[in-house]
Amino acid sequence: MEKTFNNKAWFMVLPVVLLVAFSAVLPLMTVVNYSVQDTFGNNQFFWAGLQWFEEVLTSERLHDALIRQFIFSGVILAIQIPLGIAVSLCIPKRGVWSSFCLVLMALPLLIPWNVVGTIWQIFGRVDIGLLGATMAALGIDYNYTQNAAHAWITIVVMDVWHWTSLVALLCFAGLQSIPDAYYQAAKIDGASRWKIFRYIELPKMNRVLLIAVLLRFMDSFMIYTEPFVVTGGGPGNSTTLLSIDLVKMALGQFDLGPAAAFSIIYFLIILLLSWVFYTVMTNYGKGEGR
Amino acid sequence: MSTAVQSGSSRINARTVGMALYLLFLLVPIYWLLNMSLKTNEEILSTFSLWPHNLTFANYMVIFTDSSWYSGYINSMIYVGLNTVISIAVALPAAYAFSRYRFLGDSHLFFWLLTNRMAPPAVFALPFFQLYSSVGLFDTHIAVALAHCLFNVPLAVWILEGFMSGVPKEIDETAYIDGYSFPKFFIKIFTPLIASGIGVAAFFCFMFSWVELLLARTLTSVDAKPISAAMTRTVSASGLDWGVLAAAGILTIVPGALVIYFVRNYIAKGFALGRV
Repeated sequence: MEKTFNNKAWFMVLPVVLLVAFSAVLPLMTVVNYSVQDTFGNNQFFWAGLQWFEEVLTSERLHDALIRQFIFSGVILAIQIPLGIAVSLCIPKRGVWSSFCLVLMALPLLIPWNVVGTIWQIFGRVDIGLLGATMAALGIDYNYTQNAAHAWITIVVMDVWHWTSLVALLCFAGLQSIPDAYYQAAKIDGASRWKIFRYIELPKMNRVLLIAVLLRFMDSFMIYTEPFVVTGGGPGNSTTLLSIDLVKMALGQFDLGPAAAFSIIYFLIILLLSWVFYTVMTNYGKGEGR
Repeated sequence: MSTAVQSGSSRINARTVGMALYLLFLLVPIYWLLNMSLKTNEEILSTFSLWPHNLTFANYMVIFTDSSWYSGYINSMIYVGLNTVISIAVALPAAYAFSRYRFLGDSHLFFWLLTNRMAPPAVFALPFFQLYSSVGLFDTHIAVALAHCLFNVPLAVWILEGFMSGVPKEIDETAYIDGYSFPKFFIKIFTPLIASGIGVAAFFCFMFSWVELLLARTLTSVDAKPISAAMTRTVSASGLDWGVLAAAGILTIVPGALVIYFVRNYIAKGFALGRV
């Protein structure tokens, strides 16, 4: 659509700008302020320069949490995207059953995140949880509070349970926009199921798939509540992801300086990655001639 | 569709089985919570059963009669409602501006808004606490509602912009020629056209405000404490009160389930944010 140039449009955007400035820029300034100062209590602050940044950037703690975070987000994307596509192909195309499946699938998305954690915390317990009890009955010594590998499997399965539906619903929306004529043409050409998927369905899903990857990457990168409830970052530090580590530092130990520097580095990483995704996304849209 | 039937029943069966397995995977953990919420604590801890043998609603009665429990639901509802209204109200004109006009710095502004959707709440927890304490809004519903605007306003702008761009610009121009003023046009003609978009945006605002805990817990202590934070205090003298915890969990799922039921016909399009 041709848009007209009109700077008065700023007035319509103004409420949003003011609101977001109040709830984003102001707090962010506080963080910047803390990140360059040191305190000995009594609300007395001293200029500390880049000391905190150096300390945080060279600390093992941040490196380990960052590595764990990238592994987690990578694993999540590698499982959820293909699984989500597969599930979306299984959803009935129309009718009562279609709505029925969609409503049930959207259910995990609207459960408060700490309840999601609670559900899996209970579900995985050997004494009262179905999953834990089943594992024990199968002779597997499953214990997510003691064994780091089990803790990881539990939080990954939990996230798959929680968010795969989002990917599936997005892909389903993409599939729904394909006219029947495409399938009929493929039928006449005698295309195999794989070819239909590869040359008709996948290209049509591209746009929504990009949104799915973007949302899933961002949300898994800042995940906090669910793993915190289930494992509390343990055993040891094995499931301490970036946000858990940050909250531990800021609200637990009240190390304001390092926590603020950590926040800024964290935010810059996300900003950089979002910018890459956003650029790819908008350029992709142009390539399609929209 | 005749084509689907002719292509062989084996494929349809495989799809049905796949769907059934996935739904089973989704529902079993929820069923387990429901199962636990209908048992007494003794039964939960002593016997392992797939369904409650001594069906009891005592756990739910605890929640409905104890004000520290049910006020949590009311608090959550209030700030979620406030947040949804604020987000939609400010996002509507902004989304219109983005979908209809080019102006100085528009694309930068749009990206800046989106980055707030991508900002980790953990970064904002401490500064929010200090900001709202200093202006005297700590432990109020409006504080949580405003804090949740951080990620809901950008999302609402994004969704609404998608839906508004689907409305041809000729409609605006025709309305002006017919002598409609801008506010009258916006309310009488434009809003009904994007009603489903507003519904979808409201759904997402509800969803993300309802499920968020970190900020809601940090910004409240007693008066505006959300239900999900109240759930962390089931530790009593006799250990964890599993039954009540499970019942509280089940009750947090109910509002979400109701909302999904109402938007079920828009779910698919809505989740694609109007951009298919």
